[in-house]
Amino acid sequence: MAVPKSTQKLIDNTLGDYKFGFKTKNKAVFKTPKGGLTPQIVEEISKRKKEPKWMLEYRLNALKIFEKKNMPSWGGDLSGINFEKIHYYLQPQDKPKTNWKDVPREIKDTFEKLGIPEAERKFLAGTGAQFESEMVYHSLQKELTKKGVIFDSTDVALQKYPEIFKQYFGKVVPAHDNKFAALNSAVWSGGSFIYVPKNVHIELPLQAYFRINAENMGQFERTLIIADEGSSVHYVEGCTAPTYSTDSLHSAVVEIIVKKGARVQYTTIQNWSTNVYNLVTKRAFAYRDAEMFWLDCNLGSKLTMKYPAIYLLEPGARGEVQSLAFANTNQHQDAGAKIIHNAPNTTSKIVAKSISKGAGRSTYRGLLKVAKNAKNIKSHVSCDALLLDNASRSDTYPTMKIEENEVAIAHEATVSKIGEEQLFYLMSRGLTEEEAASAIVNGFAKPIIKQLPMEYALELNRLLELEMTGSVG
Amino acid sequence: MLEIKNLHANIGDLKILNGINLTIHSGEIHAIMGPNGSGKSTLCNVLMGHPKYEVTKGSAKFNGKEILSLEPNERANLGLFLGFQHPLEISGVSLGNFLRLAKNLNLKAAGETKQISPMEFMPMLKKTIGLLKMDEKFITRSVNEGFSGGEKKRAEIVQMALLEPKIAMLDEIDSGLDIDALKIVAKGITETFKKTGLGVLLITHYQRLLNYITPDFVHVMAKGKIILSGDKKLAHKLEKNGYEDILKNTK
Repeated sequence: MAVPKSTQKLIDNTLGDYKFGFKTKNKAVFKTPKGGLTPQIVEEISKRKKEPKWMLEYRLNALKIFEKKNMPSWGGDLSGINFEKIHYYLQPQDKPKTNWKDVPREIKDTFEKLGIPEAERKFLAGTGAQFESEMVYHSLQKELTKKGVIFDSTDVALQKYPEIFKQYFGKVVPAHDNKFAALNSAVWSGGSFIYVPKNVHIELPLQAYFRINAENMGQFERTLIIADEGSSVHYVEGCTAPTYSTDSLHSAVVEIIVKKGARVQYTTIQNWSTNVYNLVTKRAFAYRDAEMFWLDCNLGSKLTMKYPAIYLLEPGARGEVQSLAFANTNQHQDAGAKIIHNAPNTTSKIVAKSISKGAGRSTYRGLLKVAKNAKNIKSHVSCDALLLDNASRSDTYPTMKIEENEVAIAHEATVSKIGEEQLFYLMSRGLTEEEAASAIVNGFAKPIIKQLPMEYALELNRLLELEMTGSVG
Repeated sequence: MLEIKNLHANIGDLKILNGINLTIHSGEIHAIMGPNGSGKSTLCNVLMGHPKYEVTKGSAKFNGKEILSLEPNERANLGLFLGFQHPLEISGVSLGNFLRLAKNLNLKAAGETKQISPMEFMPMLKKTIGLLKMDEKFITRSVNEGFSGGEKKRAEIVQMALLEPKIAMLDEIDSGLDIDALKIVAKGITETFKKTGLGVLLITHYQRLLNYITPDFVHVMAKGKIILSGDKKLAHKLEKNGYEDILKNTK
């Protein structure tokens, strides 16, 4: 029972069975050729998007940075990425639609299979859907539009709101931040642009769904969220892709600005197929008394390297990152968080939980930095790893750079193996080994899952097959 | 009825049980006493089906059915219960939901088609929690997580009272309890005994527990065997003279 076969089987059945792996036949309107990234490809993308000159220059400059920068030598194994074999841009339809009826049928079918329009009707304030490189659909409740809320494709926003766009674009994550941020900056396409005016609170979540469909695809969406003073918004993103024998690359950049007294929650349910490299740069700036909350759930992908960051720039700012990672066979989840306390009286919290099975590997990689003169800082970091068998692996790399004395920082880390004794205890009450193992996994993930909006919690619970016979938990 | 015959068990190469013979009927209370390392806890764990132990010889029949090849949950569903010496903490799984699941699994295994709804279950649970003088907040807390030693022991009896087994083995249920908690736990056991007429096997080091629960039989275990059986007077004798005399005389 030490490595319970039935437990393996249960989790294989529930998590190994990837139900989003279907492919859709879609004839692209345009796609860039393979053979590596060139200035011509970048120019072509910019031209097709009819972008202003400054954006083309920004892209070409970013391309130079991308070419110069080395691949990260830390984190996961990136040797499988072949930049020659990627389609950097694939346009699935002529322009984004605001009426679901106008979306091409095969794309519509894809999203309907994923439950997207249905979700919109029920519990969302607005929704976007990205297919390959472009947002194919975007909509927002009329009342919110009237209040001045902007929720659009990032490409559309560049055309429609050039001033506010230029003011914030690339300011939180500059092109030279890292190799993949540079790549995104050169070939970015799609993503969500959100602006919430002063003191406007968006009660229901805004959601965007990202779908890679083609083989050897590179998806490089760019999301920019600006929450003006005293406002609040909750943005949720979901992602899936078909299963191919060759690899795809998803490399997004997300920039968030949380102004005085505002609150942003950014929730991710990442469930890429296991042939996707998921290398994402996510960062938020939080100003006076602002609050930023990343809730990050990573189930899929071949390799994920993602460390949502929060810069606490003014007094009273608060940052929180909570994450759940599940590393299955042939998967490496290298995830974590970065918090930079750059002002006094700022607080932060990191909760990271990972589950590894079937020789899957999970890594927590975190940075907690307190700048000089940032006094009266409070921070709490906790990392828990659950291993379901002997072949799986978990590592923790918490880095702390503390340049100030008046700080209160707590750090806890635990690694536990799903225990023979725990299984025996639950079984002695009548649970089968499968039910016992499931109850333990369920209980471990619960503190994260319970923070998701109910519909997503249900979906994630179902994915983890936690909604067993008698709703344990 | 639980009928144990010539039971031998090992952990690795180490022999721990060396031929246990014991029969427990419904409505009987047995107490097993004995020095540390005599195999008392092992006996409970082997009977419940802990995977760590290997049964090398003998049999254990539950109402005529051989149980030694069954999974722990199958034994539980027949009506066997083990109150753990060190109950495990299960993070994120609430005591209330866990017990209802277990109860429904027991019922299902017994061929009941009806399942107990949360609405029906809650009053039963509250009553039992009250009997053990525990706060109702324990219902929504994770199983045993952050419970004190005494709270864990009481929660074991709550589980027993709700699951209504036919035979309950209680492994050092009295250890770590102060006198008030001991009385409460003893009352929980006797009330369940009166209500359901289950058979009880108490593992204990001390006669103290037996002041509150009167055993029908007291057995002394040493080196993996029952070396002496008697009635409750035997417990008093042990308390007074210790194990040494008996061990010498039975060599």
